Amino acid sequence: MRKMILKAALAALLVSPAAVAVAADEVEVLHWWTSGGEAAALDVLKKKLESQGVTWKDMPVAGGGGEQAMTALRARVTAGNPPTAVQALGFDITDWANQGVLGDLNPVADKEGWDKVVPEALQKFSKHDGKWIAAPVNVHTTNWIWINKKALDAAGGKAPETWDELIAVLDKMKENGISPIGHGGQAWQDATIFDAVVLAEGTDFYKASMVDLDPAALNSDKMVGVFDKMAKLKEYVDADFSGRDWNLASAMVIEGKAGMQFMGDWAKGEFLKAGQKPGTDFVCVRFPGTQGAATFNADQFMMFKVGDDKLKAQEMMASDIMSPEFQSAFNVVKGSAPARTDVADTDFDDCGKKAIKDLAEANSNGKLFGSMAHGHANPAAVKNAMYDVITRHFNGEMDSKQAAQELADAVAAAKG
Amino acid sequence: MAQTQAEIVPVLTRRQSRAPKEVLQDWLPKLVLAPSFAIVLLFVYGFILFTVVLSFTGSKLLPDFSTWVGFSNYVRLFNHPNWLTSLKNLAIFASLYVIVCSVLGLGLAILLDQKIRAEGLIRPIYLYPMALSFIVTGVAWKWFLDPGIGLEHIVKDLGWESFSFRWIKDGQMAIYTIVIAAVWQSSGFVMAMFLAGLRGVDNEVIKAAQIDGASTVTIYRRIIIPLMRPVFLSAFVVLAHLAIKSYDLVVAMTDGGPGTSTWTPALFMQKFTFGRNEMGMGASSAIIMMMMIFSIIVPYLYSELRGERRT
Amino acid sequence: MSAAAQDIATRNAVIARAIIYAVLILFAVYYLLPLYVMLANSLKPLDEIRQGNMLALPQEWTIAPWLSAWSTAQIGVQPTGLKPYFLNSVLMVVPAVAISTILGALNGYVLTKWRFRGDNIVFGLMLLSCFIPFQIVLIPSARILGLLGLAGTVPGLVLIHAVYGLGFTTLFFRNYYEAFPNELVRAAQIDGATFFQIFRRILLPSSGPIIVVTVIWQFTNIWNDFLFGSSFSSVDSIPITVALNNLVNSSTGVKEYNVHFAGAILAALPTLIVYIVSGRYFVRGLMAGAVKG
Repeated sequence: MRKMILKAALAALLVSPAAVAVAADEVEVLHWWTSGGEAAALDVLKKKLESQGVTWKDMPVAGGGGEQAMTALRARVTAGNPPTAVQALGFDITDWANQGVLGDLNPVADKEGWDKVVPEALQKFSKHDGKWIAAPVNVHTTNWIWINKKALDAAGGKAPETWDELIAVLDKMKENGISPIGHGGQAWQDATIFDAVVLAEGTDFYKASMVDLDPAALNSDKMVGVFDKMAKLKEYVDADFSGRDWNLASAMVIEGKAGMQFMGDWAKGEFLKAGQKPGTDFVCVRFPGTQGAATFNADQFMMFKVGDDKLKAQEMMASDIMSPEFQSAFNVVKGSAPARTDVADTDFDDCGKKAIKDLAEANSNGKLFGSMAHGHANPAAVKNAMYDVITRHFNGEMDSKQAAQELADAVAAAKG
Repeated sequence: MAQTQAEIVPVLTRRQSRAPKEVLQDWLPKLVLAPSFAIVLLFVYGFILFTVVLSFTGSKLLPDFSTWVGFSNYVRLFNHPNWLTSLKNLAIFASLYVIVCSVLGLGLAILLDQKIRAEGLIRPIYLYPMALSFIVTGVAWKWFLDPGIGLEHIVKDLGWESFSFRWIKDGQMAIYTIVIAAVWQSSGFVMAMFLAGLRGVDNEVIKAAQIDGASTVTIYRRIIIPLMRPVFLSAFVVLAHLAIKSYDLVVAMTDGGPGTSTWTPALFMQKFTFGRNEMGMGASSAIIMMMMIFSIIVPYLYSELRGERRT
Repeated sequence: MSAAAQDIATRNAVIARAIIYAVLILFAVYYLLPLYVMLANSLKPLDEIRQGNMLALPQEWTIAPWLSAWSTAQIGVQPTGLKPYFLNSVLMVVPAVAISTILGALNGYVLTKWRFRGDNIVFGLMLLSCFIPFQIVLIPSARILGLLGLAGTVPGLVLIHAVYGLGFTTLFFRNYYEAFPNELVRAAQIDGATFFQIFRRILLPSSGPIIVVTVIWQFTNIWNDFLFGSSFSSVDSIPITVALNNLVNSSTGVKEYNVHFAGAILAALPTLIVYIVSGRYFVRGLMAGAVKG
């Protein structure tokens, strides 16, 4: 009797909506571009797909720079019900590829020649074992300084090109009664500055410490020097920085309450939206000592293994993402550079043009590196272990020597 | 089986005849309970077991039972500065939260029990924070505590120039701002529990004491508050487990900052499991958390249930 | 007692009452403050929020943020506002609350009126389930939902919420029925009433207060849940908390705080109404039993 009831109940459960086959030609997209301009930018892709007869099923999960989306993704994959395409960053893509759950985009990639147009440093993440598994949407470079033009003019007018010049400008800004650095005290923002300071010590050092995780580089005099510079920069940050969102820090620079912000080029969107013009209202330069090199992060859509019925739509989506028109349209809005090097820069503003040029230059000189702060230099466990040390040091919980030591220790433990 | 069952069922009297339909009646209670119990066994205890096993593996992104690492997750856990910070914060947060909520809850309940005319208005005001999620009330609190726009700014505008309240920006003090918001959320609920308890006190006892000339304060101290012991216990259990599980409130207010100064075990667990792709570590921190919770709840349950048997 | 002494006594009583009222009002302010901040700022244009005092009333009143949050704000790629997600939450909450409450009532009934060997252990094990951190059940639950074919569906969310609510609902009803006189049950039994008849005719009619407590508790918890909602929903079943989170958590772009606050209040309205309308019964229900255990 009881068994029968159970069986009947189970049968009823199995005929639920999920068990019914879904219509062909649709993509389900999990992402965290859930509001404002970036969501609108993604809508460009949706419209394009719809014009090709593909339905876009939207699955947005915001929060924690993708952390919530990745939590949801785990549940989806474990349930055997992964979305078609998922927004992802750097090593997260590699981690998922290692689980063997991602698809194979080679048929499209070969036909469209992605190998030739996507920077190699990016391909490291978009490809796994020789197979294309993800379609990159953009490339943000992160070693920028965004300076309020008026504040800069009041502080001598010359954008800093060396560490000493930077400190001189900061000092001058302090004298002028503004907060020299607009910064938000969140671990990833602290790490974004850290990235730039390490890169300024030379690309070899960046590679050895952040990418190869060489203990000798992590706990070196040079690293102590990096931490000293971080402590120096901290002196120019206002007292209320802790917990501030990055866009509020940008707002401080826009309003002239702060002089400059160290941030990736998504910050440009804030300036543009406030009606400011590059060159006249704000200035974009590379962090002193990093011109010619670049750290990047790239949003990509990784493609999960799907049934044959959905394959066509998935490939169409990948192809659309990689099309030069979409790359240009999307990145003009997002403030980033296209993920392929052959996109015309005509529609971009001066900072955007500089970004594209710098990116190409760094790429061809082998000086383009994944950003540690944004999960493109090392896996999440290591990245966060670094965050812990960097943010604790930045908040004055330890001195530079100790920080370098702990950095090496924490990385060793997290590498496991 | 039906025989023994009838013996121990206190309410049911032994039946004389045993028609098949009545045998079913005897079994029915257990049949009704069985699905719930089975589901709980699987969805709670099965999953706890799963987590225990997981905590001995080197799982990263997803569970991976092929990498057995013994106790090394636990060893790393207790050497990890963030975990030690989390434990310290939990000790501060949980003790303050439980004490302040209980004292405030009882105090407000006593005041509200003095035949207050506006009780119907005040009670929902005290109670409503429990109805809100922290996804956005967290933003309101963050604003209010932010020295630049919140309380400090307002008081300064009112003319008290030297006023300073910047705990949320101070690694030493930030955990206390989380206590403030947490107390805001649950003390009204505790108040309701105490109010219910006070309303349940036998009026005769109080009248007798009044006739004996006891003052109001004495009556409360000597008679009523001791009668609230079961409410204290219930409140303690509810609060303690909320404290240990507190996650969204910390995320909304500080996300663990400044630095790593407001990490809590629940935050640790979430971040390691889902943010840092260190599922094995996350599982081991979850097991420690559960051991802490159970070490509070199990003795309480034991004494409660045994106490009932006696009466 | 002399007239003068009596005067002093009444004066003291008046002062005492004044102090009581003052304290009560002070705390009312403490509890209302965040709601006030949210409400006041949801009625201001964004510019006014940026320059102004967060505690000030709007200089220029506007309901535009409310309209935006409800029907036009960008949530994901669609500018739909919170409206469509509201229904998803209702479809999820109502059955989940109903199922967990009914099962809890039946469990409480069995555990108090049909006791058996080991009943306290069963109860203890069910109760302990209230206290596990939900993050640990995420992955295994996902697996089970996948096996059942319920992943990403409203029934799947209902199942999960019902399961993890069972501990509390059972606790509430058990403690309530514990105090219910056994004699009545026994008398009905002698009259030949069956298991379900006793439950329906004897216990249920007097279960009003505890049903209120249970429903409030379950409704609030399930409505406000984010973790399960974000992990086990898909396109057609996204609950309102997940949508709200998507609204307020943009990684780039101007934060429209007024819209966020309006959205937050909109998303909280059902629970707020439940609390305010049934608050009185809530205390009565707690009084009637839930507090004891």
